Amino acid sequence: MKRKLEVSELIFRIISYTLLTVFALCCLYPFVYAVSAAMSGRHAVEYGEVVLFPKDVQFEAFSMMFGNNMFWNSYSNTLFLTLYGTLWAMGVSLLGAYALSKKRLLFRKTFNFFLVFTMWFSAGVVPQYLNYLDTQAVLRSVGIMDDKWLVVLAMGMAAMNIILLRNAFENVPSEIEEAAIVDGATEFQVLRKVYIPMSKSTIATVALFFAISRWNGYFWARQMIANSNEHPLQVFIRLKLEQYTDPEFMTGWNEIYASDSVIYALIVCSIIPILVIYPFIQKYFAKGTNAGGVKE
Amino acid sequence: MNRVANDYLIFDEKTRTYRENPEQAVRDDVEKHYWLHVGRTVLKDWRLYVMLVPMLLVFLFWRYFPMYELLGCFKVSDNVLPVSEQLFSGFSYFRRLLFSGDSLSTDFWRAMRNTFLLSFYGLCFGFPMPVILALFFNEIRSNAARSIYQVMSYLPKFMSTVVMTSLVTMLVKQGSIIGSMGIVSQALVKLGIISEEAGQSGLLNNPGFFRTIYQVSGIWEGAGYDSIVYFAAIIAISPTSYEAAQIDGANKWAQMRYVVLPCMLSTIVIMLITRIGSLLNIGYEKVLLLYNTKTYMTADVVSTLSYRTGIYGGGSTGIASAIEMMNNVVGMLLVIGANTIARKAANTSLY
Repeated sequence: MKRKLEVSELIFRIISYTLLTVFALCCLYPFVYAVSAAMSGRHAVEYGEVVLFPKDVQFEAFSMMFGNNMFWNSYSNTLFLTLYGTLWAMGVSLLGAYALSKKRLLFRKTFNFFLVFTMWFSAGVVPQYLNYLDTQAVLRSVGIMDDKWLVVLAMGMAAMNIILLRNAFENVPSEIEEAAIVDGATEFQVLRKVYIPMSKSTIATVALFFAISRWNGYFWARQMIANSNEHPLQVFIRLKLEQYTDPEFMTGWNEIYASDSVIYALIVCSIIPILVIYPFIQKYFAKGTNAGGVKE
Repeated sequence: MNRVANDYLIFDEKTRTYRENPEQAVRDDVEKHYWLHVGRTVLKDWRLYVMLVPMLLVFLFWRYFPMYELLGCFKVSDNVLPVSEQLFSGFSYFRRLLFSGDSLSTDFWRAMRNTFLLSFYGLCFGFPMPVILALFFNEIRSNAARSIYQVMSYLPKFMSTVVMTSLVTMLVKQGSIIGSMGIVSQALVKLGIISEEAGQSGLLNNPGFFRTIYQVSGIWEGAGYDSIVYFAAIIAISPTSYEAAQIDGANKWAQMRYVVLPCMLSTIVIMLITRIGSLLNIGYEKVLLLYNTKTYMTADVVSTLSYRTGIYGGGSTGIASAIEMMNNVVGMLLVIGANTIARKAANTSLY
C-alpha cells in the first residue's frame, strides 16, 4: 500500500536532497579543482581563471612530477612503511588480542588496564620524542642505521585496534575452540585455523586502520627520519608546500605551468592510489565505526 | 541438603557426620602457594602467555617509558643527563607556568584557552553536523542514490592530514605575483563574506579566521564519515514505529521529535561523552600544519607550544614536559569523568 506523502514530509525530503547535494558537492569540489588546476595553463592558474574545468590544458606539471626521482623515492618509502608497519602492528595485535580474549588468562584485568590506560593518558609529544631518540640510539648501536625501521617498530600501535580485535575474538563460540583442542590443535593453530578465519571482516577493518594511519603518518616520520632519501610521501608533500609558501621561493619558475600546478599535481598524485582502491575498501572502512561497542 | 558448619567442614545428611570440604583445601593450597599456583598455570598454558609478550613489550617501551620521561617536569633538565640522574626541582616549572606571568606563562594560558575554545567550537558546530547528515541520508529512499551521496561524503576522510591541510592552504592562499588568491577566498570575496584585503593577504595569515577554517575543514573532512554511526542507529529503528506514529497522526516533524530522536539518543549521548572526554586532546598535527607565526594568537594549542618549547626551539625539555603534564592530567580526568557518567547514565562503558 502506497501512502500519499504529507506536505511536511515532502518539504523535509526536498530540504534533505538539496542540502545533501550541496554537501556532497562541497566534499568533492576541492578534488575536482585540484585536478583542473594541476592541468591548466600558467596564465589561467595565476589569474584565477580556473573554476571547475581545466583551461589551456597541459600535462607538463604532471610529467615534471613523474620525472622527479625524489617523488618516486618517497612513494616507495611510504609503501615500505605501510607494508612493514601494518604487518608488524597486525602481528603483535593479533597475538595480544587473542590472548586477551581468553577468560582463563591470569591477570586479564590487569593486562586490559595496561592497554586501556594508554588511551586515557599519553605522555605527549616531547617525552615521546625523547623516547624515540633513545630508541634510535639503541637501534643504531645494534647496526640498524635505517630510521625507517624505527618508524615501523616504535610507532602506530593502537590500543583501540587491539580492543576491537579482542571483542571480535570473544564473539567466536568457545565450543569450536574446544573441539579444535580435542582434535589436538595447539594454541597457534587454533588462532590461525579457527579465530582468524572466523573474524575476517574485523581483521580486515583493523588492518585497514593500521594501513591508513601508516600511509598518512607525517609528524613522527618528519621528526625522526633525518635522511631526505628516506622521507615518506607525506613529508615530501609538506616540504614542497613549505618551499612554495616561503615568500623567497621563486625557483622552478616555468613558462608553461604555474607553481601552484606543481603543488596540485603532487596532491592529486598522492590521492590517486587511494581513489583506485577506495571502492574496494570502503565497506570495511564504514564497518569500523560500528564495531566500536567497547567494554572492559 | 548440606548444612555447612564452616568453610572446612560439610555436614553429611546420610551418615549424619561432618566431613572435610575438599574445595576449601584446594582454596587454601592456592592461597598458601599463590605464586607457585600462578607459575604452574602459566607453564601449563605457556603458549598463551608467550603470545602476550610482544604486545606488552611494545606498549612498555613506547607508551610507558615516555611516561617516565614525562617525570622530567619535576626535575632540573639540562637536555644532557637522563631523567633518572637529574636533580629534583619540585613544582618550580608548574609555578612558573601558572603564576609567574612571564612570556612563557602568558603563552601557556593562551594555549590553554585556544585548546579549550577549539574543542568547544568543535562540540558546538562539528558535533551536530553528522547527526543532521544522518537524518538527511535517511530521507533518501533509493539505495543507489544514498550510497553515492555517502561515498562522496566519506571521501575526504581518506586524505591524510598533510594532503588535507595542503589543499586548504592552497584554496585560501594569499594573492601574490605568482598567482591570485585561492579559489575559496575568491568565492568568499565575491559573496561579500570577507573583504578583498583579507582574501588578498591570505586567510591563514589572519588570526581572526583560524578557528573558522579549523572547524570548517574538520566538518568537511569528518562529518560524512562520522554520520555512519548515527545512520546505523536510524536504520535500526523498526518501520512499525513510524507506522504507529503515522496512524496517530504524527507529521514528519512529530515523527522526528518522538520516534527518530529518542531512538538515536543513546548513540548521541555516547558520542557526546566521548567527545567531552577528549576535549583537550586536540590533534596537534593539524594545528601544526595550518598555523604560522602570524596566527599564534588564536591557533597555538598546548601540544604545539610544548613542541616549540621542547623540540623545535631546542629549549628545556623539562618545562615542555610540565606543559604536557598539565594538559594530560586535565585530559585524563575528563576522560575518566566522562566514562563514569556514561556508565551511570547510558549503562555503557566506553572502555
